[in-house]
Amino acid sequence: MTADRIRLGAVAYDPKVVTIWDGFRRWLRPRDLPMDYVLYSHYEHQVEDLVAGRIDVAWNSPLAWVRTQRMAPGAEALVMRDTDLDLTSVVVVRADSEVRDVADLAGRLVAVGAVDSPQATLIPLGLMSDVAVRVRRFDVGVGLHGDHIGGERDALRALAAGEVEAACLIDANHLAFTTQGVVAAGSTRIVAQTPPYDHCNMTAAGPPSPTVRRFCDLLLAMDYADPQVRPLLDLEGLRQWVPGRISGYAQLERAVDRLGFYGPGGEVTADGYQP
Amino acid sequence: MYRLDLGPLGLDRGGHILLERALAPLPVGGHLAVTGRDPALPVHLRAWARRRGHRFVDPPGEAAGGSGPGHGGGEALVVVRGDADERRWAGARRAGEAGRPASRADPAWGLAARGALVEAGGPPLPGADLDRRDVIWSEQAGRLYAQAAANQWDPATVVDWARPDLPDDVEAAVVQTMTYLVENEQAALMVPARFLGRIHPHFREAVAFLATQVADEARHVEVFTRRAGLSGGPPGVSGAGGRASLQSLLDEPDWANASFLLSVLGEGSFLALLSFLERHGPDPVTSRLARVVLADEARHVAFAMGHLSEHVTRRPSERDRLRAALERRHDALATTAGLAPAVHDSLVVLAAGSWEPSAMASGWDAVAALQAEMDMGRRRRLVHLGFDDRQAAELSELHTRNFM
Repeated sequence: MTADRIRLGAVAYDPKVVTIWDGFRRWLRPRDLPMDYVLYSHYEHQVEDLVAGRIDVAWNSPLAWVRTQRMAPGAEALVMRDTDLDLTSVVVVRADSEVRDVADLAGRLVAVGAVDSPQATLIPLGLMSDVAVRVRRFDVGVGLHGDHIGGERDALRALAAGEVEAACLIDANHLAFTTQGVVAAGSTRIVAQTPPYDHCNMTAAGPPSPTVRRFCDLLLAMDYADPQVRPLLDLEGLRQWVPGRISGYAQLERAVDRLGFYGPGGEVTADGYQP
Repeated sequence: MYRLDLGPLGLDRGGHILLERALAPLPVGGHLAVTGRDPALPVHLRAWARRRGHRFVDPPGEAAGGSGPGHGGGEALVVVRGDADERRWAGARRAGEAGRPASRADPAWGLAARGALVEAGGPPLPGADLDRRDVIWSEQAGRLYAQAAANQWDPATVVDWARPDLPDDVEAAVVQTMTYLVENEQAALMVPARFLGRIHPHFREAVAFLATQVADEARHVEVFTRRAGLSGGPPGVSGAGGRASLQSLLDEPDWANASFLLSVLGEGSFLALLSFLERHGPDPVTSRLARVVLADEARHVAFAMGHLSEHVTRRPSERDRLRAALERRHDALATTAGLAPAVHDSLVVLAAGSWEPSAMASGWDAVAALQAEMDMGRRRRLVHLGFDDRQAAELSELHTRNFM
């Protein structure tokens, strides 16, 4: 890696990813920080390249963060979006269901998102780990760690259609899907909510170089009042970058262990996971 | 602490509108206590606040929980107002004043309504290079647009489309005249249409007027085409010289020049032609169409005269540019034939009304009088634009022999 430029990895879960990182790249250049971005089609390769030093930083999903840390224990979460903090997932049933809480789901069929979705699969199943539920997975965008909302949407539709008895999804998508009419407002009932957890972060595999530090300082200085940067922040779904923290990943860590998604050294051990 | 009770209303059914209303007057960092009976409220409020840049305060004892979604029996949930809205609108500027257009429209105003508060950023309007009030706008534009909007007519009902009972050779003269009118109206449609997309929408009265002008011309094309085919035969001939003359209008890239050549001189001349057709039309359809089209064309001439006279009053040197445009067009057309003989002679036949030699002579005189009337009209308008009598006579002579 050269000392004065940044090579960033990002996963192309949507065409807008190019718009976002191209825009940030244009914004960083006149601030004397040349940045190049490398797009990956899934998170596993991105993590491996980060650990191998082929990229300086990675815009990581929470699951990719967990794996990075297992492969490189000195990894650091540098910055996050304000919207990455304190998310929750919910388990919902049809409004007329007799299910009142998680325990009532024993033996019942529960819809989850893609196999690698932290918010719609791993964390909710972690919450229900003491209950013997039957699971129906909606594997949309496998390898994207749940960035593609299709799995959650299909899970909720399956619930509405009576194919399953509960569905798991992130709080914001429950609001979005009921607002948009994917399912009627009031037609579902929330029976469980996870404790808050954190989502994506900008990861370095070890102590950040001065250039990486300056890159993070520039991100933190991005102002939502700046008309050049605001559309990019809107696209990426944040109002401001905030310093990274690692206190919000414990639930996911536990779920990864319980469900055997990664081994202790970051080996991919999940059954049937083919990104 | 401000309070809001949403009652049974959820955030997925419009509750967010009440939330935004309640948060708006709070200072950044101000606390709003929210209560409500929608069971999903605690979950949705957290997600909504996060997305909108506000902070959701975890209810006491909830953070480490992880089971029940609700919050304990009607306790208020707290949202701390963020500053995303302030930041979004920090650099916003108004797109001029609603009542009167600015002297120059900013491309950054884009498609915003005149006078709207425009968020900074967003795409500038590409291609809207006609952005100066003194070039594009006219004090009369709004009034003429209102007149145009109130006087749109329906081609289907404006005339009784009964097949005319005319001798074949008279009908042929009508068909030839209509064929000529159609190609002229097509040019009169394309010229303003080409400029329409270049005018900054800030000058909405001018845009609206030209939109009606384009619609007018589309209707004229329709009715003249319909009259040409009313007896069941094909249209007449289209001479190369006539089309070359019209093409030169389309080639003019400057708005003021194009408006001068098309509307002041061309459509101005057509006022006399349409009046002639109203008088001499051998059938009620032709006469009636000439009359209703004449009313539209008079409006187009008035708009062009309005903005050009304001334009040359502010910048007298612009008259030289208009003159140069006319001379260029004249030179370009010097080797072309002008009005096709077939069109000219058709007009004579219509005015003659009979094949008697004496009638033909009076028809010939009527067309000569028409051309003199066109010339007088052009001179009168040129004088109105500030040219002196001698210049007006010279310039009128340079106008295309093809009338438009």
